Amino acid sequence: MKRRGFIGLVGAGFLAGCDKVAGTKWFGAVAESAQGWHRGLHRALGVARIDMAPEYEKSDISPFFRGNGTRSIEDAAYRNSMMRGFFDWRLSVGGMVEQQLSLSLEDLFALPQRTQITRHDCVEGWSAIGEWTGPQLSEILALAKPMEGARFAVFHCADNLYGSDYYESCDMDDAMHPQTIVAHQLNGEPLPERNGAPLRLRIERQLGYKHAKYLTAIELVASLDDIGGGKGGYWEDRAGYQWYAGI
Amino acid sequence: MTGTGPAGNKRHSLVTRLWHWVNALSLVILFMSGLNISNAHRYLYWGDWGFSPDEAWLAVMRFPGWATIPGYYSLAQARDWHVIFALVFAFSLLAFMIAALINGHFRRNVFTSRKEWSPTNILADIRAHLRLQFEHAGAKYNFLQKAAYSSVLFVMLPGMIVSGMAMSPGMEAAWPWLSDIFGGRQSARSIHFIFAWGLFGFFVVHILLVLLSGPVGQLRDMITGGKAE
Repeated sequence: MKRRGFIGLVGAGFLAGCDKVAGTKWFGAVAESAQGWHRGLHRALGVARIDMAPEYEKSDISPFFRGNGTRSIEDAAYRNSMMRGFFDWRLSVGGMVEQQLSLSLEDLFALPQRTQITRHDCVEGWSAIGEWTGPQLSEILALAKPMEGARFAVFHCADNLYGSDYYESCDMDDAMHPQTIVAHQLNGEPLPERNGAPLRLRIERQLGYKHAKYLTAIELVASLDDIGGGKGGYWEDRAGYQWYAGI
Repeated sequence: MTGTGPAGNKRHSLVTRLWHWVNALSLVILFMSGLNISNAHRYLYWGDWGFSPDEAWLAVMRFPGWATIPGYYSLAQARDWHVIFALVFAFSLLAFMIAALINGHFRRNVFTSRKEWSPTNILADIRAHLRLQFEHAGAKYNFLQKAAYSSVLFVMLPGMIVSGMAMSPGMEAAWPWLSDIFGGRQSARSIHFIFAWGLFGFFVVHILLVLLSGPVGQLRDMITGGKAE
């Protein structure tokens, strides 16, 4: 056999082997536990401080904040609500809470606000810096009083991408994090449609796809198994993206 | 030197051989899954942020399926491979480094003495390499080998780990100074890409020199340990 042919054959065999390995059940289990290791390392290495994502100066803000995923919603109810300044928009808070809530934008504006200039990192690799304003999720959850046993916050959205409703989720550690806010402003203006008007989640220690846009409901649950496809988020269900997106 | 080095009467110690192959496998998987990840957004920037081609300092080619893991575009699966083997790569390097410091491998074989930095010695080394003479009396590795191994061991490999960690938002929240080292996350991403190709360059030269210096014996010794000269 010619040497080049041999090398080509070994290479192709290696690639086919990798694809075969990736198709097995245990590869998924290994990938999931590797995520757990990364998450554990992140939390352990940040143990001496409240680990906060870096915050920037106004002069660092990107001139334009790119929108990704859903950039516009065709749905008539959404368009009507937008025309009327989202005055009828409601954010419901439910699931494992003692007090169900249905909050208008006015209700959210009345809560203490946090403004943070942070960097948004897309899983694809790009970054943009913007200034976000909104109440902390921990403030909203304090009003709803989470029940004992609630382990995850699920975020339901108004957008439907390729036939499925967008949703995301995080653990209570990220839900209660001081930089996790329900933002209604970007760079001092109401959120543009491409960035999730009227409400989007900011969950600064994770990648962009966790920052659910067009928020309609927050649900506290004990398990993610019965939500959507069971993997905790739209991209997690659809394409196998990592649920812990802090990596 | 027989029986006195970390490898005993072997040419390569067991720790070196184990790490060599674990590291080789890790680097191949990380490099090829990395090319798949690169295909997700083929532009590189300096500084903290960047998202559009007109801000980029480099538009990277789209890497073909035969060069990537998996062999088709899948950012999610490529990241699974990357996330798993990042841990294997980083912790095996850490273990190897601790072992090599303790057993004297670094001191004996990798660190250079001041004498070796003399221009005459370096020129003689270059001449010998150009004539494809790989016999060297006395020390196990000559100056050029030590320089190449040192830059890989102490700059490129740790640089890959640190620039990779700087890109991770969860890691950055724990150690915010990580991305400052590089002057921002997008700079860390650019360095990660440049170092990856630097390591690829080392890989090509490494394989070439193994092929030119008796590949069967070299491979055998890196598996069985061989005999100390």
